[in-house]
Amino acid sequence: MSTLAQSTVATTVLPFVAAMLIGLGIVTLAGHVQAAALHDAAHDVRHATGFPCH
Amino acid sequence: MFQKILTSALFAGFCAGLIAAALQLAFVQPVLLHAELYEGGELAHFATPPASADPELPGFDPVRDGLSILFSALIYVGYGMILVACMAFAAMRGAQIDARRGIVWGIAGFVAVHFAPAVSLPPEVPGVAAADIGARQIWWWGTVAASATALALIGFGKGWPAWGAAILLLLAPHVIGAPHPDAFAGPVPPEIAALFAARALGTGLAAWAVLGLLAGYFWQRESASA
Repeated sequence: MSTLAQSTVATTVLPFVAAMLIGLGIVTLAGHVQAAALHDAAHDVRHATGFPCH
Repeated sequence: MFQKILTSALFAGFCAGLIAAALQLAFVQPVLLHAELYEGGELAHFATPPASADPELPGFDPVRDGLSILFSALIYVGYGMILVACMAFAAMRGAQIDARRGIVWGIAGFVAVHFAPAVSLPPEVPGVAAADIGARQIWWWGTVAASATALALIGFGKGWPAWGAAILLLLAPHVIGAPHPDAFAGPVPPEIAALFAARALGTGLAAWAVLGLLAGYFWQRESASA
């Protein structure tokens, strides 16, 4: 049973990691990247969401 | 599996993002615009005669506020992807996921992403003095990672070694300390800064509770129909 559970984890862990990385990428891009255009567009939301902004 | 995570996260994140945007525009944006009057020098703290606490503020700006709605939806879709990925992983290991339990997940997400960093680096109103942005971002990510790991250990850990590690992880970022400015030079009155931080946290809590609820709901629905 534990061997079965372990192999299931090994073969299906990819979707979680992929979803997690996409989510982290979106939050980084929208919330943290300091490029001027992105910063200005997301400015109010960054402040309101508690991200370090300037 | 990936499809299921993506569908649940998109629906839940987009709805929560719209609710967050509505709450932010109603409750946070007026405080932010008020602060910007001080940041831009149109109002001055300790001026004579004292500046009115209730000045005329700009109204709804289609471009500026439209972008805020867009980015709010985007950020909560990102949060949704992370939250549903964690839910899916827990579900695979035997945890029950539904809308009611989703609320607890959402509140945990709020604590990890908003509340824990805010304890040492409160949401910043425009115009406040702050330390270097890079240093604050590194501290923010480190605090979020430590706090999220701690909450997972509290929720799923069994016994004191896990809970003890969780307590240390929750405390560590604040014992280390967030980067703070060398001198305070913010022109914005503390009344506005305090209200801004409180409103930002309040809307964050509401949006994350909705995000968790919807993520749990859509996840259970997707699982039932799969």
